[in-house]
Amino acid sequence: MSKSVIEITPEVAASHGLKADEFQRVVEILGRNPNLVELGIFGAMWSEHCSYKSSKKWLKRLPTSAPWVICGPGENAGVIDIGDGQAVVFKMESHNHPSFIEPYQGAATGVGGIMRDVFTMGARPIANLNALRFGEPAHPKTRMLVAGVVHGIGGYGNCVGVPTIGGETTFHKSYNGNILVNAMTVGLARADRIFYSAAAGIGNPVVYVGSKTGRDGIHGAVMASAEFDDKSEEKRPTVQVGDPFTEKLLIEACLELMESDAIIAIQDMGAAGLTSSSFEMASKGGVGIELDLDLVPCREARMTAYEIMLSESQERMLMILKPGREDVARQVFEKWELDFAVIGRVTDTGRMILKKDGQVAADLPVAPLAEKAPMYDRPVQMTPKPAPLGDVPAAGDIADCLLKLLASPDLSKKDWVWRQYDHMVMADTVIRPGGDASMVRVHGTRKALAVTTDCTPRYCFADPEEGGAQAVAETWRNITATGAKPLAITDCMNFGNPERPEIMGQFAGCIEGMRKACLALDYPVVSGNVSLYNETNGQGVQPTPSIGGVGLIDDWAKAVQIAPKADGEVLVLIGETKGHLGQSLYLRELLGREDGPPPPVDLSAERRNGDFVRAEILAGRVKACHDVSDGGIAVAVAEMCLAAGRGAEAGLPGGLGHAVAFGEDQGRYILSIAAGEAAALLDRAAKSGVPAARLGQVGGDRLTFQGARAISLHDLRRAHESWLPNYMAG
Amino acid sequence: MDAAVIVFPGSNCDRDIKVALAQSMGKEPHMVWHRDADFPKVDLIVLPGGFSYGDYLRCGAMAAHSPAMREVVARAGKGTRVLAICNGFQIATEAGLLPGALMRNAHLQYVCSDVNLRIETNQTEFMAKYRPGQVVRIPVGHADGNYQADEATLDRLEGEGLVALRYCDPNGTISSAANPNGAARNIAGVYNDERNVLGLMPHPERLSDAALGGTDGRLMIDSLVEALS
Repeated sequence: MSKSVIEITPEVAASHGLKADEFQRVVEILGRNPNLVELGIFGAMWSEHCSYKSSKKWLKRLPTSAPWVICGPGENAGVIDIGDGQAVVFKMESHNHPSFIEPYQGAATGVGGIMRDVFTMGARPIANLNALRFGEPAHPKTRMLVAGVVHGIGGYGNCVGVPTIGGETTFHKSYNGNILVNAMTVGLARADRIFYSAAAGIGNPVVYVGSKTGRDGIHGAVMASAEFDDKSEEKRPTVQVGDPFTEKLLIEACLELMESDAIIAIQDMGAAGLTSSSFEMASKGGVGIELDLDLVPCREARMTAYEIMLSESQERMLMILKPGREDVARQVFEKWELDFAVIGRVTDTGRMILKKDGQVAADLPVAPLAEKAPMYDRPVQMTPKPAPLGDVPAAGDIADCLLKLLASPDLSKKDWVWRQYDHMVMADTVIRPGGDASMVRVHGTRKALAVTTDCTPRYCFADPEEGGAQAVAETWRNITATGAKPLAITDCMNFGNPERPEIMGQFAGCIEGMRKACLALDYPVVSGNVSLYNETNGQGVQPTPSIGGVGLIDDWAKAVQIAPKADGEVLVLIGETKGHLGQSLYLRELLGREDGPPPPVDLSAERRNGDFVRAEILAGRVKACHDVSDGGIAVAVAEMCLAAGRGAEAGLPGGLGHAVAFGEDQGRYILSIAAGEAAALLDRAAKSGVPAARLGQVGGDRLTFQGARAISLHDLRRAHESWLPNYMAG
Repeated sequence: MDAAVIVFPGSNCDRDIKVALAQSMGKEPHMVWHRDADFPKVDLIVLPGGFSYGDYLRCGAMAAHSPAMREVVARAGKGTRVLAICNGFQIATEAGLLPGALMRNAHLQYVCSDVNLRIETNQTEFMAKYRPGQVVRIPVGHADGNYQADEATLDRLEGEGLVALRYCDPNGTISSAANPNGAARNIAGVYNDERNVLGLMPHPERLSDAALGGTDGRLMIDSLVEALS
């Protein structure tokens, strides 16, 4: 049966993800029934993934500007100014649904896609990060998913030759049916050579470069905009297949051509492939585009217009060139052995006209497709504030509790993961993974970028607003802990089904908390991505607004890491300790409870404490610094000891209580400083209104909290390092 | 001294070794595209790390047939020094410059980590600045670094002092625990018979700068620069 004779009914529209009223709107825009190609294009463009139809109203509330922001949300990635004519381009994006269905290729193509978003703008990718959320370790699929995702991220990023230097790997049962794979890329560009996507210049050539188009990934954007059910694995053919070798060639070819003035506009073909790239370029430029699909390089014979337009084959780009520059561009791409084809031209008709076999296969108005896209103000039911936490019994001896926490899935050392990622290629990694933020030099300069991803989903689930603020604040804190100044963030919003009011309530709450934190910390959002429908059979994931933060330090030699440098150094705790156990890992891992409110984030204290810590680091007075987060003071001190291979003796403020040891109060750091500096530092803190207290001293080969049993470094290390490799070997 | 770095499609450590060479040489090496067999006369040729041709087919197999590689093999035969790092080592074995082969790591995973290496001999132009038996720390980053050859070849390499480096623990002890990839006899690098070609899995260019955490790799490059200047 020829596809052209399929009758377009509301049922066929529904199979393209269009609801009845949305289909009605299509018919109104066209003044006729769409054909199948046109329907496929509407379905992709109006999918949640491409249109942000449920989230846009809320995303608008986020602060997006600052004097150092060159380009905020709306382009392929955000751009910030780092001085000296240099810019940093970065974004985080989800690849959740495909990674669950086919973990290796899902994760690999997630990495490939986000790198293209960054080099499309003229930036050389210099760092990758990944925020990963898996189901509970006991779930039968978890081990296979961890192995496949990590292998896929490494398989792609290692080959392309961009260091993977940070991220998170955590586990919770809410992700049993929907893992989260959020990939972030940071790139470096010349501030005066940023490339955008708006098509311009009537008659200019539209050029296709990169890989050939195949039948893979058709409907990927629609798949990523629906809930899962028990048959989700049948969607495997919608997952794309990555080719990192071609991506590497594409990076080099694009950056080489960008050295010339041939390119007017450029856009990668991501979700919804040629459809979304061509529509976005035309829409942003306010022009029309005419494409001859017979000229598109295809991997397989007899591909239809429908397949060509909706394929999500990877490693492809669309460019508008200046007239007469085709040959210059062709030479570059032929050198790199990549396909190059002029497939159309820019027109003044305001229409997207697609031709195939000499016939018009689709004829759509560009502006209405974007402007009249459905926008939903979905019902919102805000999350009720959690009940106060009742009494919490001690879960055992402090030393035993600490060992158990260090061996818990979320706190266990993740070197099993990052040893599989090349984190040293490009020879600029000055802080490797495993500490707070990681750091790469700005090649050939003294400057360096601190980068991190953070989110504490259990906080967001209990209280979305506090959790949203906390996620932003934790990235700010992790960057500050290296001595760098946090500049801006990218967000990757992972939530359940937005058609459920309580999910929209989580979304709205997280946005509100993020907004407050961004404003208080002068820390705008410059790019982001929304992934909804992370839900299986009505069970949603914990709300997970993954935040990727980028900071700058003017001299990498001033940066500090978490390992104290010498015995005798004094540990100083910065920030106020109240012993907040609500939603703590102590509660969850040792008492099996997930209740109470999350720790509140006092944003003015956050800023005051962080600014103090950063100034001390930049003045050269700090030997090591670690933020206090999951697991509280006890875990933070243990991590510092393990990083240094040195013991410590520490008291706890207010005595040996579990709440003090393991509470997760926010806005805190532990500094390691030379003994002679301690009194003066405490004095400066007091003058700045920053709570600070001497915690203890580095030395020996045991960690001892006064009054508790001493733990040898050997036992600490075994607890911290065994869980993940043992689990994966199981 | 002049040096050339051969750049294959998919090389990704070419810039890193260029920076390290420039630091030791005081001038930049020639960057030679793999299709260019007619590159300037140089004292040292480097085959850099990366994933030439995506490691498709077999690591290094396609790059070994590049026009530039035919020239590299010819010049190596006339005594030009060749430093073949990681993917470069794989290419060199595929091109017949070095004996043996690099197999998939025994644990089947990519491994990126600092490793300890024992300098088996310093009586070569590549290693003169190290002490014999010195333990150095240099990173590896590979999925296919498991060096294998038949027993007779391994015996010959050992007997003739052609094993350049072995994976060891921090005290210099050769143990399976210190072997990151399952390589036969913990071999991390080997010379050709004339000792003008060195292939090794570790990346000296990744620890040639104190900012990156160490300079043990720089001594290898400095040794070459001193010998060839």
